[in-house]
Amino acid sequence: MPDRIDGPDRTDGSGPTDGSELAGYATVPYPANPPGGGEAREESGLVAEVRLRRGDFTLELACRVPPGEVLAVLGPNGAGKSTLLTALTGSVRPEHGGIRLADHTWLDTRRRIDVPTHRRGVGLLAQRAMLFPHLTALDNVAFGIRASGVRRKPARRAALEWLRRTETGDLGDREPSELSGGQAQRVALARALAAEPELLLLDEPLSALDVAAAPAMRGLLHRVLGQQRRPCVLVTHDVLDAVVLADRVLVLDRGAVVEQGSTHRVLSRPRTAFTARIAGLNLITGTATGETVRTPRGRALHGSVVEPTTPGEPAAAVFPPTAVAVHPHAPEGSPRNAIPVRVVGMEPRGDAIRLRGETDSPDSEAALAADITPAAVAELGLRIGDEVFFAVKATEVAIHPVSGG
Amino acid sequence: MNRTPRGTAPTAVLVVLLSLLSGCGAASSDRNTLTVLAAASLTEPFRDIGDEFSKREPDVDIRFNFQGSSLLAEQIRQGSGGDVFASANTDMMAKVRRADALAGEPQTFATNQLTIVVPPGNPAGVESLADLTDPDTSLVVCAPRVPCGSATERVESASGVRLNPVSEESDVKDVLHKVVAGEADAGLVYVTDAGSAGDEVEAIDFPTSDEVINEYPIARLAAAEHPELAGRFVEFVRGERGQRILGEYGFGAP
Amino acid sequence: MGVPLPLRLPALLALALIVLPVLGLFARIDPGRLPALLTSPTALTALELSVRTALAATVLALLLGGPLAVVLARSRFPGLRFVRGCVLLPLVLPPVVGGLALLYLLGRTGSLGGPLRDWFGLTLPYTTTAVVLAQTFVAMPFLVVSLEGALRAAGTEYERVSATLGAGPWLTFRRVTLPMLLPPLGSGLVLTFARALGEFGATITFAGSLRGTTRTLPLAIYTEAQADVEAAVAMSLLLVVIALLVILVARPKAVEGRA
Repeated sequence: MPDRIDGPDRTDGSGPTDGSELAGYATVPYPANPPGGGEAREESGLVAEVRLRRGDFTLELACRVPPGEVLAVLGPNGAGKSTLLTALTGSVRPEHGGIRLADHTWLDTRRRIDVPTHRRGVGLLAQRAMLFPHLTALDNVAFGIRASGVRRKPARRAALEWLRRTETGDLGDREPSELSGGQAQRVALARALAAEPELLLLDEPLSALDVAAAPAMRGLLHRVLGQQRRPCVLVTHDVLDAVVLADRVLVLDRGAVVEQGSTHRVLSRPRTAFTARIAGLNLITGTATGETVRTPRGRALHGSVVEPTTPGEPAAAVFPPTAVAVHPHAPEGSPRNAIPVRVVGMEPRGDAIRLRGETDSPDSEAALAADITPAAVAELGLRIGDEVFFAVKATEVAIHPVSGG
Repeated sequence: MNRTPRGTAPTAVLVVLLSLLSGCGAASSDRNTLTVLAAASLTEPFRDIGDEFSKREPDVDIRFNFQGSSLLAEQIRQGSGGDVFASANTDMMAKVRRADALAGEPQTFATNQLTIVVPPGNPAGVESLADLTDPDTSLVVCAPRVPCGSATERVESASGVRLNPVSEESDVKDVLHKVVAGEADAGLVYVTDAGSAGDEVEAIDFPTSDEVINEYPIARLAAAEHPELAGRFVEFVRGERGQRILGEYGFGAP
Repeated sequence: MGVPLPLRLPALLALALIVLPVLGLFARIDPGRLPALLTSPTALTALELSVRTALAATVLALLLGGPLAVVLARSRFPGLRFVRGCVLLPLVLPPVVGGLALLYLLGRTGSLGGPLRDWFGLTLPYTTTAVVLAQTFVAMPFLVVSLEGALRAAGTEYERVSATLGAGPWLTFRRVTLPMLLPPLGSGLVLTFARALGEFGATITFAGSLRGTTRTLPLAIYTEAQADVEAAVAMSLLLVVIALLVILVARPKAVEGRA
């Protein structure tokens, strides 16, 4: 294999950057260190600050993604997620800002630097695979390698290696039209990685896949992203993608950053109602032990494993608020997980009432949500400050492996 | 079944279409309409003649159809109707006659002959037929298959001058236009065409032109709706008024 | 069959309107004269010239019109819509007027043709080159319009993906845009060739009509029609046969593509 291919096997022992290192600047406003401003250069990874206006809409955002880290950009439609990606790829030029990757400046509006997309080294895996229809799967993957000047034969050899890594090694001869959605997306991932981008962008990579194909692809992404050392930005509206794939989360609303921080912190203890609404899912992190997730406090949550987890590795138990039942006392004898909480909030949500419950652990499983009927609230006589139990069946809890952060 | 039969809509479309197509055949009034099919080169004098004729016959409308003689001949042979046919050459008249589409003998009512035309100022210095063979002089003539072209061929054989044109046009007006536009140094056209171009060209007569006279025949058609009126029109064209108008446009007398 | 009845009848009428007159035309030819008419030196010389010039015009339209289509489909600049409208001018103008326009520009006394003649001794009218130019003028919009439409329909997403894989604009054009454009390009070329083959008005006005040099088949047919309509009709059979050959042989391969 040509040594220029930066394969997953080259990952060294250091692993992804520890989330705690990032905590320092997660909430610090960016412009403290403008791009191209000298000292800022020692930063590795992606450093971006952009302001971009399109009609009434303005995207204003600053973020950093260290090597090996995955930043999930969450937000509803129209929040500016895709606009951010177009600014990063270079197909749209922000009015103001800078984008730097390690020691390469891609964009600096003050110095009038704007590197075109093909010289940026930015890999993109989009919603649809967008495989070139006139090339076989193998030649699709070889495309980026060939574009960098490698001859056909070694490029194809390397491409085959990448197909193997995305578990599509036997599909090289297929035309894109002969691939299923999931297969095509795997080939597209191989193609994006084979071009050895300095920055990897994932634009809703699972949203076009059917429910059967999405979990497997999510698992593949989890494995592949965990093994590589480049910064990665994942745009998604699905909290689960963020939970499984991202180390950190940036929540975007109408072009502005609402919140950013480590995935479990942002999703389990949303600081704003907006993030809470976005999150929509209950998330309890811990370490995997078979079909359970054990929290740092020693509580075990039982669930069904969606993607294989490794005992001792970080994992998350995920369940929707609608699956939660509220009990005044600990329920007995049923295969339920029961978590003691203190009710800290009540708000109407459609026909239901959403309860917010704070657990005794101030760290990870800080706030959980339960959607119950107004009748149940009345029957239980619930008030803010009450101590109750949130119960959820094991079959409603999905156990996912999560990123190290 | 209380629904409209399914064939109704397409049938309606067809009926509307056909009625649109046939809508052109509107009923005519009581006035007599005389249809004259005439060679394109007769356009101006025949319009004048038509005006004069209408003054004499107030209840007559004349409808002219000016086209190339061969196309008119073909239309007559296909039975398109008409009362009078005035051709720019005898061949086409003979063709119509062979198809038994004539009523009576064709009669010559005008003649025409070729002349050299050059752009104003005569940039190539053309003075005679022989000058037209100069390879640096771009000459445009009519194609041999059209009347003015066959006249050109006859001029060539009568004078012994072998012409070398850059283009052989299918319409004498195109020859004229190329000279007017300065895209040709010289052209061979009818005297009448040279006259109609006025100051835009200079005409240069040459001796042989008198030997090649083009005759214009006119005849009543067998399919004429108004045979008597058609006869009166033919006589008018050949009569004193008609001949004077034709003369004004450069046509020779028969 | 999913074609609704109200569409089938007009479709049939449309087909009849196109095919019946042509059939009626050929029904009038005396079969005994046909072989002689079709193989007459006049017809064959004109046929050879027509095929040669129409092919040259198609190549020229591809070399010039192809890039124009890409620019129109892929670039953004003020006045783009106006420029796109201008491309359609030859479709709207009567070909004779188009020929006049060419003459006024490139003729001996034309605003461009004058200097060309004075400085380089080049005169275009009455040459085979003029025929090719006239045909290109009239036929190129077909290529530009069909290609631009195909480019717009294809969108820019593949090109953006290609850029993210490190391919520059030229490499992207060659390896992504062009291969995906081949099927519509094929049908555009067929249309262009057919239009160039049938070109009459602009050619006769701009290039003149001389056997072997500028008298293409349509011009020869027109000239012949002045004297012998039946011979002209027979010669037009040659045009129809070539057009059918091109459509039947070239089109399925080019249009239906790899699918």
